Amino acid sequence: MTPDGGPPRILTSRVDLAGSYTLKAFLETGGYEGLRKALSMKPDEVAQEVDEASLLGRGGAGFPAGRKWSMLRPADTTYLVVNGDESEPCTFKDHLLLETDPHQLVEGVAIAAYAIGVEQAFIFIRGEMALGLERVTQAVNEAYEYGALGRGILGSGFNLDVVVHPGAGAYICGEETGLLESLEGKRGFPRIKPPYFPAAIGLYGEPTVVNNVETLSNMSWIVRNGGAAFAALGKGRSTGTRLFALSGRVKRPGVYEVEMAKTTFRDLIYGQEFGGGISGGKELKAFIPGGASAPWFGADQVDMPLDQDEVGAAGTMLGSGSVVVMDETVCTVKVAWRITRFFWRESCGQCTPCREGGGWLEKILWRIENGAGREEDVDMLADICDNISPGLHWPPEQTTICPLGPSIPSPIASVMRMFEDEIRLHVKEGACPLA
Amino acid sequence: MPHLSSESLTRAREIVDLYPQRRSALIPLCHLAQEQDGWLRPEAIEEIAGLLDVTPAEVLGTASFYEMFKLEPAGRYVISVCTNVACMLAGAYDLLAHAEERLGVRAGGTTPDGRFTIEDVECVAHCDHAPCVQVNSRYFGPLDAGGFDRLVDSLERGELEGDVPPHGTLVRVRRTKGLMA
Repeated sequence: MTPDGGPPRILTSRVDLAGSYTLKAFLETGGYEGLRKALSMKPDEVAQEVDEASLLGRGGAGFPAGRKWSMLRPADTTYLVVNGDESEPCTFKDHLLLETDPHQLVEGVAIAAYAIGVEQAFIFIRGEMALGLERVTQAVNEAYEYGALGRGILGSGFNLDVVVHPGAGAYICGEETGLLESLEGKRGFPRIKPPYFPAAIGLYGEPTVVNNVETLSNMSWIVRNGGAAFAALGKGRSTGTRLFALSGRVKRPGVYEVEMAKTTFRDLIYGQEFGGGISGGKELKAFIPGGASAPWFGADQVDMPLDQDEVGAAGTMLGSGSVVVMDETVCTVKVAWRITRFFWRESCGQCTPCREGGGWLEKILWRIENGAGREEDVDMLADICDNISPGLHWPPEQTTICPLGPSIPSPIASVMRMFEDEIRLHVKEGACPLA
Repeated sequence: MPHLSSESLTRAREIVDLYPQRRSALIPLCHLAQEQDGWLRPEAIEEIAGLLDVTPAEVLGTASFYEMFKLEPAGRYVISVCTNVACMLAGAYDLLAHAEERLGVRAGGTTPDGRFTIEDVECVAHCDHAPCVQVNSRYFGPLDAGGFDRLVDSLERGELEGDVPPHGTLVRVRRTKGLMA
């Protein structure tokens, strides 16, 4: 617990510390104690603690980390790959962890590798994060020097080698099979499923666990305090704390660590210790609850708790943990256009509905926003969205190899559901009414 | 005469040895070549292919998929203006228009003196500093027009050499431990 009785800072305990990224600062604040403890346990016992923590993956899909580990197909060669390709628009929480606490991640990687019996790990970091790449590379060098990586880690019989691998600018590499292709030195084309999980066939065709940066940054705390202590935080399946990246029209955008399920979107947006309310005292119009791929919530949903299952049942997702706030002056058509433009640019091009549909939708939204919209455009948007993801329900139907395709309709269907009048007003007036 | 310098080649071989399969070093080696030349030259692509036992077409075919690899000369400073949602809501398109006016080139272009390239990019994960830019993948923000001008002034006067290495230099920390003997 923190001094004020709030939930513990599991992930961000060092972010305000001077030189938090150095081995010295890390060791002075309990660094590598979790790894030491893990190495004194049997690998199965470590995995058991993580299973008990009920830690849901923090990358976007929210799959239980313990279950992902248990699916790893036994083989002579297996790999652990860290997904640090954070590229979902308005998501910047891994960015914080990579720059401010790289050793916490390295420790988490070593604990996870020990638990699942892997001797080779790769930390894939988004190429644009130069400082994060430098900090993690330095941390890996220091960890080898200290004996937390390499041969006979911390005096045990456990060996682990870690490679820090830079990306080169492609959102699609955040999809785990696209990431593996990229790590194999190819275009980041997501692989055709099945197999659904790299745990069966992953890097170089070998069984591979892919975990997100934030997911693994929890490991040391879980081992030191026990899975039960982690599971005692939050509610139901939404256990522990989680990082939420808050941006858009709020007074204090930033990354906040909050206890899951016990905190609401209202707390996050308006709480004085968090977003501090909407800039300029304006009214809330809508917000994106979990990254650009997520359907939006209207202002009437602001009391929803940050609970993966509740948000899922309400037709959207916590996704990548990014919350974007739109106030009453924001044009929702323009926001939907910009997100669609993003998906269109980042489509890998393998599947027709995504490659073509994304481009058509972007052009239609652009002309509506810029005063050249036509009466039939609203129906056309709906029809193209339905072709990409039939039925437009949640979770979405998929006509494409990966979830990028069905993500495209999310913002558009949201605007049509909540603000169809606003679209029609653009067409009627031949201009953006909010410009 | 090899195109990659002997230092680049030494580093390239160290990188290749880190991976179970050679081709995995493709993207790191393209970054390395871009660090040496400021962009990904055809001669470098040929040599990378040789180091990895793949064809130059396979290297080019892969590299061309990724935004960060420049297949034509880029400015010493590549200024990437984020225009995605959080930055757009904070005025990113006005900032981009100002950047184009100040430097006299449109997004995607490079100034005639080869000093600056401007790009209109997707979210770079610095949304609590919107609107933000990256210069050679280093963060700056939030920036208004005046802040952008001061940034460009500082770059022109060479005051940010320590913070912002020339385009192509991604990671200044070299992997020194856990290398193959």
